[in-house]
Amino acid sequence: MSDAKTSPTVEASLTALAVSLRGVTKAYDNGVMALGPFDLAVRKGEFISLLGPSGCGKSTALRLIAGLSAASSGTVRMSRHEGPAQKIGHGIGFVFQEPTLMPWTSVRENVRLPLKLGGVPKAEGRARADAALASVGLADFADAFPRELSGGMKMRVSLARALVTDPDILLMDEPFAALDEITRFRLNNDLLALWRSLGKTVIFVTHSVFESVYLSQRVVVMTARPGRIQADIRIETLEPRGEEFRTSAAYSDYCRRVSAALAPSYSGQSML
Amino acid sequence: MNAQAPVTAKPSGAQNAVRFVLPVIVFAAGLAAWELVVRIREIPPYVLPAPSVIFLTLIKDWAVLSQSLATTLLTTLEGFVAASIGGVALALLFNQSKWVEYSLFPYAVVLQVTPVIAIAPLLLIYLEQQTAVVVCAFIVAFFPVLSNTTLGLNSVDRNLAGLFQLYGASPPQTLRFLKLPAALPYILGGLRIAGGLSLIGAVVAEIAAGTAGAGSGLAYRIAESGYRLNIPRMFAALLLLSLAGIVIYGVLALISHLVLRRWHESALGKEN
Repeated sequence: MSDAKTSPTVEASLTALAVSLRGVTKAYDNGVMALGPFDLAVRKGEFISLLGPSGCGKSTALRLIAGLSAASSGTVRMSRHEGPAQKIGHGIGFVFQEPTLMPWTSVRENVRLPLKLGGVPKAEGRARADAALASVGLADFADAFPRELSGGMKMRVSLARALVTDPDILLMDEPFAALDEITRFRLNNDLLALWRSLGKTVIFVTHSVFESVYLSQRVVVMTARPGRIQADIRIETLEPRGEEFRTSAAYSDYCRRVSAALAPSYSGQSML
Repeated sequence: MNAQAPVTAKPSGAQNAVRFVLPVIVFAAGLAAWELVVRIREIPPYVLPAPSVIFLTLIKDWAVLSQSLATTLLTTLEGFVAASIGGVALALLFNQSKWVEYSLFPYAVVLQVTPVIAIAPLLLIYLEQQTAVVVCAFIVAFFPVLSNTTLGLNSVDRNLAGLFQLYGASPPQTLRFLKLPAALPYILGGLRIAGGLSLIGAVVAEIAAGTAGAGSGLAYRIAESGYRLNIPRMFAALLLLSLAGIVIYGVLALISHLVLRRWHESALGKEN
């Protein structure tokens, strides 16, 4: 990552930001531009969605923020954690599109993994893993193996694992895309409840207009590859949101606006 | 597809019984036919001994044959253990360093594709007889362990690897908690092949060695009985070798099943 010079004013405004991307691009080894230039500023405690057609680089943006791959140019900045000790995983929790659980060990051990890798003592790690499992409603399944769980439950385990380190930022890469609609609605509501109670910054990647409007305070619509920002739409409604928002006129109005912003990204693409 | 399958409650129990009973019936019928042909045509035992004669020889010569069986099994075990440790260790080494892999892998292939029966006489010149026999068993058996372990270490889920990276796992942690467990089904598959192959390697080397000795294995007994036209004993020794092979395979398959039964697809029941 190349660190560009930032002016003092920008530096000052960064303190209120959880994540800031400036002029970030990503080119793959074969020369294909996947992303950018891309600018994004996420305030602390904000819930934002990255929405775009498949292959637009939204997952790439998330991996850059997580530090799982390096940007070709531009800067990725994270707010430093204000504690004395460095947080496990640099204060980031990541939820993948698949549950990405280790099939050979129990649900509790899967959730404890980040703590184990971070050197947290076993007894404390188990207690924290159990607490994280309880927060996603799976307290009774700590000793089960992943294959014994349904798709939605596996995703909850994955969420518990991301939360067990008490991260400041939660990065979610189309986490509910493979689930059926009813399970997805339930997980949407549970995620919103968790976000309200824990106050984490959430960056949520999705290709569902309805999901992005329902969940987030801001929907960032991206163009087709290489991904840039097409529109940045703020979703304002009475909090806390619930099922009545999902059926309200305001909701469908927002969905229409977001869909309209998304439409140019699909123009010229064959709809397969 | 069997259209009735979902209707019948327990098809697997009856099917298992059939799968067990059918080969036994075929075996018994074959033995009976053999016995009958030998008796009716009055074929002398030095041409083709009847199954009853072979069985009696097995009991009569048990002292000699059991001694040889123990020798061959010990050789097989030594070769198998060496192949398992060597194969897994080499695969781990290859996984740590591409340079080592590129330098050594062609030679592993050369060892594998050169027929062991052609290497055995050379080994017998340079090594002590017992050592040479074990080395032959090792050469035949180690390659499947090496190649399967390599495949397993390379089949780690990409997202899980990313997760370990995110949480700052050290290389030993990644090996112990991610790569080895992920490779375990492949390693066990390799061991299952290696068990049978180390028996073959031991037998081939014993036949190549040929010379008499106090601790001579079953293969040597077969060669010796052939020279003496003691055909019933040849068959008896052959029978013991086959049984040893079946037992080795069964034990390794059982171990594999017990280790993987809680999580791996290969060990799960069909109802899932």
